[in-house]
Amino acid sequence: MSFITKTKDGLVHGFLNSSRAFLIGTGLLASSMAVLAPVSAQAEMVLNRGNGSEPGSLDPQITEDVPASHILRDLFEGLVGEAPSGDIVPGDAESWTVSEDGLTYTFKIRDDAKWSNGEPVTAGDFVYAWQRAVDPKTGSEYSFLLAPIKNAEDITAGKKDPSELGAKAIDDKTLEVDLAGPTPYFLGLLTHSVSYPVYKPAVEKFGDQWTRPDNSVTNGAFKLIEWNPQSRIVLAKNDQYWNADSVKLDKVIYYPTESTTAELKRYRAGELDWTYEVPNDQIKWIRDNMNDEFVVSNYLGVYYYGFNMTKPPFDNAKLREAFSLAINRDILMDKIVTAGEVPAYSYVVPGMNGYDPVYVNFKDMPQKERNEKAYKLYQEAGYSKDNPLTVEIRYNTNDNHKKIAIAIASMWKSVLGAKVNLVNEEFKVFLETRKAKEKTQVFRAGWIGDYNDPNTFLELWKSDSGLNDTGFADPEYDKLMDEASKEQDSAKRMKLLEDAERIFLDANAVAPIYHYVTKHMIKPYVKGWDADGKGHVNVLDHVRSQYLYIEK
Amino acid sequence: MLGFTLKRLLGAIPTLFIIVTLSFFLIRTAPGGPFDKERSVPPEVAANLNAVYHLDEPLWMQYGRYLGDVIQGDFGPSFQYRDFTVTELIFRGFPVSLTLGGSAIFLALIIGTTLGTLAALKQNSKLDYAVMATAMTGITIPNFVMAPLLTLVFGVYLRWLPVGGWEQGWDQVVLPIVALALPQIAYIARLTRGSMIEVLRSNFVRTARAKGIPEHIMITRHALKAGILPVVSYLGPASAAVITGSVVIEQIFSIPGIGRYFVQGALNRDYTLVMGVVIFYGSLIILFNLLVDLVYGLLDPKVRMQ
Repeated sequence: MSFITKTKDGLVHGFLNSSRAFLIGTGLLASSMAVLAPVSAQAEMVLNRGNGSEPGSLDPQITEDVPASHILRDLFEGLVGEAPSGDIVPGDAESWTVSEDGLTYTFKIRDDAKWSNGEPVTAGDFVYAWQRAVDPKTGSEYSFLLAPIKNAEDITAGKKDPSELGAKAIDDKTLEVDLAGPTPYFLGLLTHSVSYPVYKPAVEKFGDQWTRPDNSVTNGAFKLIEWNPQSRIVLAKNDQYWNADSVKLDKVIYYPTESTTAELKRYRAGELDWTYEVPNDQIKWIRDNMNDEFVVSNYLGVYYYGFNMTKPPFDNAKLREAFSLAINRDILMDKIVTAGEVPAYSYVVPGMNGYDPVYVNFKDMPQKERNEKAYKLYQEAGYSKDNPLTVEIRYNTNDNHKKIAIAIASMWKSVLGAKVNLVNEEFKVFLETRKAKEKTQVFRAGWIGDYNDPNTFLELWKSDSGLNDTGFADPEYDKLMDEASKEQDSAKRMKLLEDAERIFLDANAVAPIYHYVTKHMIKPYVKGWDADGKGHVNVLDHVRSQYLYIEK
Repeated sequence: MLGFTLKRLLGAIPTLFIIVTLSFFLIRTAPGGPFDKERSVPPEVAANLNAVYHLDEPLWMQYGRYLGDVIQGDFGPSFQYRDFTVTELIFRGFPVSLTLGGSAIFLALIIGTTLGTLAALKQNSKLDYAVMATAMTGITIPNFVMAPLLTLVFGVYLRWLPVGGWEQGWDQVVLPIVALALPQIAYIARLTRGSMIEVLRSNFVRTARAKGIPEHIMITRHALKAGILPVVSYLGPASAAVITGSVVIEQIFSIPGIGRYFVQGALNRDYTLVMGVVIFYGSLIILFNLLVDLVYGLLDPKVRMQ
């Protein structure tokens, strides 16, 4: 050490000493805190949840990522809530009525609905939040979910003033919402954070900083007490919550963990009680060693390959069908995607209430027959093993996508004799390429539903949708979707949507590959998440901490 | 000394200006923008977002605006972490990265010089071979392999130390600091050994011994002061290595330092965040190299003269 202590200006000396002091200081602080910690603190019921990446924002109208949505479901409560099963239950609205024509919803806000500072939650809070969401100045990425509300789209486009939004506070406890057209899934939309109320005085006083722990005012089962970016977000039980008596956890701590491998290690070391994900390459090990804690549940999402229909060769419908037929989904699920994902023969995830699943026409055909049919169609399109087609599968850089692409390429090669090249691009580059429809032939894509209704999948394929990177455009499809959006009779509406999906699947614009599952590691002592009594979380993976508790 | 320092600091300004300009335009040439997601937002919303963040202005105007803000110490809002400004994120992450990196360098210096000196004193003994073999292992195993191994052994199997997190207990810092320091310990041990062997054979050491100066004083006061010079020169590159290494380590141990923002920022096209971190790291490396030169001058009178 002497060579350092001899320096005259003490720069290095100071720098190194401060580090050492920090280390010693933290040690002393930690040990003194441990000694001084009150006994009651040890009896706290705390849940440690892994939560993917750092949330982009904790502002309900601004945020758009899944990790943030988990936290916001704990911090805020919309007009409606969700039971562990995922079913919609009354939230801050204790009841609601819908007009005959389905265009007007009237919500009755609970008398005991309060903000964390004790102030009552009013209908005006919802009006304020929704106007904020559709206001162009806010820059909300999910404001399109509120599009069914009258004038919402015009306001976002800057044609009307936010005050013209079809949501009015009749009085403090009565909210009236006028819709542009009957929207049978409207209540489902209200489970999304973009529709949560926000506390106007806090937003106006603190601006961008109103979501900080010191400034944050929330109306959910929990309140924000610490937010250390990339480290942890701590929520404590909100005693002002109208249903606080039913909330058992004292604290929920969310840990951002981009690396699923690191997250699993923290779980195994006992630092986490719940993981956001599990690394795919360790599923076999988990099944062999920790299967009791491995919870796999169906998820409202679909993984698919899209064909660029705007350019040769895939402007040819026969070719698209041939390539979809030649994918052996069972082998993919057995050998490549092994967590229990379901082979997909539809675009809408089967099992939605009242929706009769629509499947591609080859669902019940044995793979051998599919392959024969595929080759026949391939030949009809003008190709053969002697005159092969060269195609390119494009995906965003990711090990799983790569494995799937390699497997599918070899299937296409052996069944059709096609020459397949794989191209991977970094995610943002890939999105840009896909949107341009210039270079793409076959591309990977996926979609997770925002709410539990087929519309969340089918609206993507309208001619003007923001995820329609195949170029699929069918006036009949658009017409059916439009009719469905106006149809009040639930059964008739579902029929219209089923007809629309039939058109879409018959066009083979996409090759559905599998329906996603959610994969969590959950400690055996964490209770309250079981959606169906069979050890699954709900299909939306909306697990609200207000239902969870620890039983050791 | 003061003149030299001022000259060096002034010389850093054009360097930083070039770094800012290059990285500003480089990151903008990457396809895709901060608001590109799996599903594109409706065009009106995209237009609103671009207007909110001035992305609808010509690039040169954005560059001018950015430069003006930076000069005033404002690194702008983060596109990805929309509740925070870049300045805030950097100043929250910096103490963490500094503690992590500083402690790792400090640990590497102490252990590396000690091991290197011992190996030099016991040249060609079993101890020497053991130290050098360990050092070679430390250099050849990259930290993205070593770190998970450490977490597996000490965190998962033995349960002695936490495998992730920061600020919830002193024990959380142990594994990341060790993981980050290991390769540096190895380098410094090798450097110290080599230069100490040379110094121990030099005339002034022989004279000191002939005068009867006790061995431990001779080593710490005389030999080490000369033998440490190559290590001091190495501290510049070492700090750069620690900074880049901490990007990996922070990810593996879930540490809220600046390194994580660098990776996330680049992937999310969070222009302002990436720029902020680049400028910050750039300044840090310039400053560190200056410090190293100053320390070198203090230790070596010949350099001071020059």
